[in-house]
Amino acid sequence: MSDFFFQLLLILDSTLRIATPLMLCAMAGIFSERSGIVDISLEGKMLSGAFVAATVAALTGSAWAGLFCAMGAGVFMSLIHGFACITHRGDHVVSGVAINILASGLTVVLGIALFRRGGQTPHLPKEDRFTPIEWIGVSVLDPVPVVGAVYRQLISGHNPLVYGALIAVPVCAFIIYHTRFGLRLRAVGEVPEAVDSAGVSVAWLRYRALIAGGLLCGIAGAYLSIAQGAHFVREMSAGKGYIALAAVIFGNWRPIPAFLACLLFGFLEAWTARLQGTTIWLLQDIPTPLVQAMPYVLTVLLLAGLIGRPRPPAAIGQPYGK
Amino acid sequence: MSTPPPLPRWADLVLLPFLNLCAAFLICGLIVYAIGENPFEAMGVMVRGAFIYQGGLGYTLYYTTSIIFTGLAVAVAFHAGMFNIGGEGQATFGGIGAALAAFGCAWAPGIIALPMAILGAVLAGALWGVIPGYLQAKRGSHIVITTIMFNFIAASVLVWLLAGPLIQPGQSSPQTAPLPDQTWLPGMSDMLARAGVETAHTPLNGSFFIALAALGLFWALIWRTRLGYEIRAVGQNADAAHYAGINGARVIIIAMAVAGAFAGLLATNEVLGSSHRVVNSFTAGYGFTGIAVALMGRNHPIGIFLAALLFGALFQGGAELDFEYRTISREMVLLIQGMIILFSGALAYMFNPPLARLIARMAAGREHSCE
Repeated sequence: MSDFFFQLLLILDSTLRIATPLMLCAMAGIFSERSGIVDISLEGKMLSGAFVAATVAALTGSAWAGLFCAMGAGVFMSLIHGFACITHRGDHVVSGVAINILASGLTVVLGIALFRRGGQTPHLPKEDRFTPIEWIGVSVLDPVPVVGAVYRQLISGHNPLVYGALIAVPVCAFIIYHTRFGLRLRAVGEVPEAVDSAGVSVAWLRYRALIAGGLLCGIAGAYLSIAQGAHFVREMSAGKGYIALAAVIFGNWRPIPAFLACLLFGFLEAWTARLQGTTIWLLQDIPTPLVQAMPYVLTVLLLAGLIGRPRPPAAIGQPYGK
Repeated sequence: MSTPPPLPRWADLVLLPFLNLCAAFLICGLIVYAIGENPFEAMGVMVRGAFIYQGGLGYTLYYTTSIIFTGLAVAVAFHAGMFNIGGEGQATFGGIGAALAAFGCAWAPGIIALPMAILGAVLAGALWGVIPGYLQAKRGSHIVITTIMFNFIAASVLVWLLAGPLIQPGQSSPQTAPLPDQTWLPGMSDMLARAGVETAHTPLNGSFFIALAALGLFWALIWRTRLGYEIRAVGQNADAAHYAGINGARVIIIAMAVAGAFAGLLATNEVLGSSHRVVNSFTAGYGFTGIAVALMGRNHPIGIFLAALLFGALFQGGAELDFEYRTISREMVLLIQGMIILFSGALAYMFNPPLARLIARMAAGREHSCE
């Protein structure tokens, strides 16, 4: 039993670490999709953020500088998306595809030009990264049976960006449901004409939503390269942006359910990673690659209306012009 | 905003794509310059690598072949008003289908086994296209999201097959055993050698002719058949098509099956034609290149062929960049690809109105001077 408990604790611990970039990107996706902009470019924004964070941290020796520049990179990519979709009323999906491809090309091209390491950035020493924080009282609580282990493994000992992501979720929910900006944001994704006739700029609202998304994707990228990892590797976002998009859909474009979907997808991955080579658990006979496909399969089933009914924002993907 | 006058046909088909291409190359050139290299020299290296060096042209056409298939897969869906991002997944399934059919027909002579392997690629690709098509038509799931998800599912299925059921016995690398000899498409240099022409050995193979045939088939299907008419009608105005008595759901499902079949044909080049086995991620992003090609080629076979040739040359020229420079890599081509999608797709309306106004003004001026 204690072995079971310890295994579960380790899985939940890594669930949290895997779900962190998903949560940040899912919140980014909610901001832009709720405003009516289809955002399949979460992946590219996160990748750009990861590259810029690792590069700036390597050049300046400061993780915080890396984080802020990564946020800037995310915003820059968002602005390209906005320029195409909002200003020039281009197709949102085409623009998103372009940004993803641009990001995977640009990060490697610049990486090679700057560091000559085949697209990788230099390995960052511990001081230049976000490292786990041990909370106070960990050793005091250690002797307490269950609480001590949970406190040490699950609650304490993550890097600041994990806690940042956990804070970002309720903050996003608050902004979207309890502020004037959030109300207008939701309205502009449903009936942009109404927002327009109330005298509020549809374009500027959507740009702001995209900027918020860019900031969050940048943080997610920084998490990959200077918190969880110690350098940038080409294609290091590895489809996480798309899983985050799946979580947005799974959560019906709402922050808290999307957050739970991120945890679910993170849990699936953590579980299969732990399972490899062990024979304790139920799922041992299902091949790992097929379990890794679960978020995508579940999303397809959901979209097909086989588990619940998705309700995307009404005006999503439609350019708005007077 | 006043509506600009419509663009003349020649400008729409030739000038606008050319301008978009120039904009993409300009930005990439600036990036090369920022890296500290001469963009014109880099361009020269790419052109020499793609067309002039020995074997360069063969490689260029080899890449072109794959890109034609995925370009067609995107274009068919575009004509039906859908965005097929699933070329990667459909091509992956094409490879799986080709391999399964080839191994299943190991007993048969080439005259049966090769067509069966090609058919396997077509059917498996079509299967992976028709499911998202069905979900779009009957269940209302958005084709973009479904095809994205299907790309990842296909990739996972391939990893699983190559790690277990289809792995070459006694090997640990994720790839199948070589396919039976009789299912291999003949190499172009071998065919030319038989005709008495000596050329450098390249992976270019008989599937190039399949690609040319597919372009012709695509043209005939879209502009010369009833189904093609229905596809265009649904794509341009689904409501009007419905009132005209066209069954939109059926057209969407068939169009996605055809799109998947074209993408599946990529396996004739990559699997039956060159590597003769299925390896992990053999689709190499061609599905996404197909998007750029369909957008640039304006969903027309000639345009798609020219755009695919351009990208084939870029891929081969990009490989040459890797050799020549320590500072520029072949990922430069991804950058160009992204820029082309951005300018000729998402920003398609940026140059359009000013260009249309300019041309209209020039035409008006000419009439004036005639008077």
